[in-house]
Amino acid sequence: MSHGSSSALRTLQLAGLGLFLLGFGLFLIVPFFDYYVADDAAWSVALEKIKPEHRDALRGAFSNPTDPRSVVAFGLAANRAVAAVNAGLPAGAGIAGYETKEFRLALATAAERGPVVRSPGLWAALTWGLACFGALLFFLPRLRQEPPGIKNHRIFFDPVKSRGAIGIALGAFLIGFYILLYFRPEFITGWIRLADPVAQLLKGKTADRWFFYGFLYCLAVLVMGIRFAINYRHSRYQLVRTASVTFFQLGFAFLIPNVLEALNKPSMDLKNAWPLNYTFFYDWNLNGLKSGGTFGWVLLWWGVALSFLVVPAFAAFFGKRWYCSWVCGCGGLAETLGDPFRQQSDKSKRAWKIERWVIHSVLVFAVVMTGLTLWNYHTGGFGNSYWKWQEWYGFAIGSIFAGVVGTGFYPLMGNRMWCRFGCPLAAILGMVQKYKSRFRITTNGGQCISCGNCSTYCEMGIDVRWYAQRGQNIIRSSCVGCGICSQVCPRGVLRLENGPTAGRYNEVSLVQIGSGRIDVR
Amino acid sequence: MSARKILIIGNGVAGVTAARTLRRLGSKDEITLISAETDHFFSRTALMYIYMGHMRYENTKPYEDGFWDEHRIGRLRARVTRVDTGAKQLHLDSGATMPYDALVVASGSKSNKFGWPGQDLPGVQALYSYQDLELLEANTASGRVRRAVVVGGGLIGVELTEMLLTRGIPVTFLVREPGWMSFAYPPEESAMIARHLREHGVDLRFGTEMERIEAGPDGRARAVVTKSGEEIPCELVGLTVGVGPNVDFLKDSGIETNRGVLVDEHLRTNLPDVYAAGDCAEVRQARPGRRPVEPLWYVGRRMGETVGYNLAGKPTVYEPGTWFNSAKFFDLEWQVYGQVPAQPGEGEESIYWEHPAGKLGLRLNYRGPDGPVLGFQVMGIRYRHEVCQEWLEAGRPIRWVLENLGVANFDPEFYRQYEHELVAVYNRRHPESPVTLKRKRGLAGLSALRRAS
Repeated sequence: MSHGSSSALRTLQLAGLGLFLLGFGLFLIVPFFDYYVADDAAWSVALEKIKPEHRDALRGAFSNPTDPRSVVAFGLAANRAVAAVNAGLPAGAGIAGYETKEFRLALATAAERGPVVRSPGLWAALTWGLACFGALLFFLPRLRQEPPGIKNHRIFFDPVKSRGAIGIALGAFLIGFYILLYFRPEFITGWIRLADPVAQLLKGKTADRWFFYGFLYCLAVLVMGIRFAINYRHSRYQLVRTASVTFFQLGFAFLIPNVLEALNKPSMDLKNAWPLNYTFFYDWNLNGLKSGGTFGWVLLWWGVALSFLVVPAFAAFFGKRWYCSWVCGCGGLAETLGDPFRQQSDKSKRAWKIERWVIHSVLVFAVVMTGLTLWNYHTGGFGNSYWKWQEWYGFAIGSIFAGVVGTGFYPLMGNRMWCRFGCPLAAILGMVQKYKSRFRITTNGGQCISCGNCSTYCEMGIDVRWYAQRGQNIIRSSCVGCGICSQVCPRGVLRLENGPTAGRYNEVSLVQIGSGRIDVR
Repeated sequence: MSARKILIIGNGVAGVTAARTLRRLGSKDEITLISAETDHFFSRTALMYIYMGHMRYENTKPYEDGFWDEHRIGRLRARVTRVDTGAKQLHLDSGATMPYDALVVASGSKSNKFGWPGQDLPGVQALYSYQDLELLEANTASGRVRRAVVVGGGLIGVELTEMLLTRGIPVTFLVREPGWMSFAYPPEESAMIARHLREHGVDLRFGTEMERIEAGPDGRARAVVTKSGEEIPCELVGLTVGVGPNVDFLKDSGIETNRGVLVDEHLRTNLPDVYAAGDCAEVRQARPGRRPVEPLWYVGRRMGETVGYNLAGKPTVYEPGTWFNSAKFFDLEWQVYGQVPAQPGEGEESIYWEHPAGKLGLRLNYRGPDGPVLGFQVMGIRYRHEVCQEWLEAGRPIRWVLENLGVANFDPEFYRQYEHELVAVYNRRHPESPVTLKRKRGLAGLSALRRAS
């Protein structure tokens, strides 16, 4: 590489970083730009979310609704109004929690006035548009800066990637983002507007919070996927895998469901299998699909077949990787946005033990909750008690574990917290992978030098070296087959492969390969 | 056998493997690893990654800290100053003594210095130990170094060069030989590695020897002067001209040494109950094609295991096994199985294919024209150890090897395979009866081959 051009490329990168920070900084403050006025139109939309008997009281409890308020003041006022109504009523007779959240969001959305709601296109360009452009400008010069190859230089000196101040701040931001998204969406209506231009294009209407989230998710996978592809451009395995996981996120998780919805068809993420997709067997989903005609029934049976036939069968042939690091949306985000943080996963035996307890507990929870749901669906015999199970699962697992912890903790504890400790689908696939699969990571004879790169960069916290240095194949239920251990190995030791199962669990230590002596354990 | 006190000098891969093997064979002995370097075993080959920020020191430890107590392997941080083989005890730098029933010397290497003027100046250093790494951090702290000169074209020299470049320090790399390790590598591979270093911005100077190191007014290294009189200003000089056995402390111990500790085929020294393994050991009668001292991770590991068996009362001859090695020069991986010398020997032939982009290479050596395969050497491509070794030991003829060569490939899935290109090279040389490549990479092909043969 000529050093003459390197300063120009560096300048380009710095400009990219500056634009990214500008866009990201604007994104952070955009929710504060608009003000909120609860006029009659806003009320008529928002009160739809509330049972009729509470509507008048609620509207009356909201003081001075037409005074322009800031986003924070407005959200708090809405909350106060709900509290005031409930204060006068016996427990259980007031406005329910789920109604409240929907009401607050609907009211704030309809009450929003100001520059962002007036010209969302402009603010979209200035926030995520600028940030993405800047990020690409930052990543692309790498193509010319260094020859292809593993470049993990300075990762453990980096304040973002090694849990330094910026990493912790980033973690705090992500955690805050998920808490607001799930539990306090009325504070981020300004953000939701930033997805309006795309929603208009795709569906001809404004974005809701899940469209906004899905869109942002896709952007992260796409931009950070480009970064990943640049960093691993020497590896065809990584390029194909990244193309696959990006394709499934953009196409299957985002475009197809939104287009189906726009066409007024039953809609679903065709690759999202139960029990990761824990709402699949919920009443509203089953009823929605059943009422969607032949197409709805096809989707219903596809969902069942996907969960109970396709996903396990593919895992038997290719390992769980085909799902977890090639198709899955959580995996897609982890492999792209989360890639800079893979070295933060805990490799200790203690963490492994916790992992086995927690992930299998979540699986049991998911199975029991779904069982109760289905039993109730068919017999109706449960009344409302199964609903509590759903509510708790949705809160503890669906929101807190998968979202707040799963992604929020990327910079703090690695990019696969959810996949490793929480995902019930991963638990099932892990059992298939361990006991009934053709997949393994083969250790290349005696070539291991115990350097530790494989273990360090294993996002699942597997101590790959433990196996490699004794010449043993790596067969672990948690392995998602990302292939990075094989990439970072300086001695060509590891190979992900599928094949005949004879000798898959090799107990022979190959340290003495060739001497004819079989080592005892 | 009643419990003995077994002391192991050195906690590198040789000493640790000896201790591990002994335990795994069910020994009840009291085992203690003594090291002056670190409290815990770490991977010496990974030192470079700590400096480059790929890993922390913690990540280079092959076993968790609790492992040693769990397996009742004691650890002692001390320097052995003298070995009293008469009284069977070690003298430590603390003044304490430790008795032993059996002793393993696995004290590793020390870096070579060849008496250059200025070689002991501040700012001049080698790279072998954890302390060398700490010194390198100190020597390169806070932008002090504007240029470094690395002297000696071996693997450690490349590693040090790569390390410094990741810190933005330009490196001039002086190599005495006319090409990259031209005494060991065939010209094509040698040229590929040299090209690769230059592509990474290394100022690589072949046929250049250092005359002396000049000191600046601050008493630190200021410049390197070459034998041709050129002065290269620098603030850091890396001396990477090989290593030799670290055995000075055994002087007057009665343990027989030459360059290293002399050992027989069971890795016993001249004294009963004293063994040696790893870099510090010198085999009295090396096998054909092997050297008496082989400072290599794989050799240390294997010797350590052999010593473990012998200590456990299972007499075992040190079998160095079929030669293999590997390394990574910046982004360029290299593997060798069997013998691939710089020039094929009498009656031997060599076929080589190189990718037009110059970053991939495949070489097979064999006894011509259809004799047994002698060696595999791959650049930027990975080969399967087990398969290469099996074929080498079975003396598979070259034509058979070429037909099945796809199976030897160990590259990740989706990587292109180039075995057909090497077969084409052979066929151009022997157009009368061309070979056809029959198999592809992967476990399916491997098991089909095993069923067929």
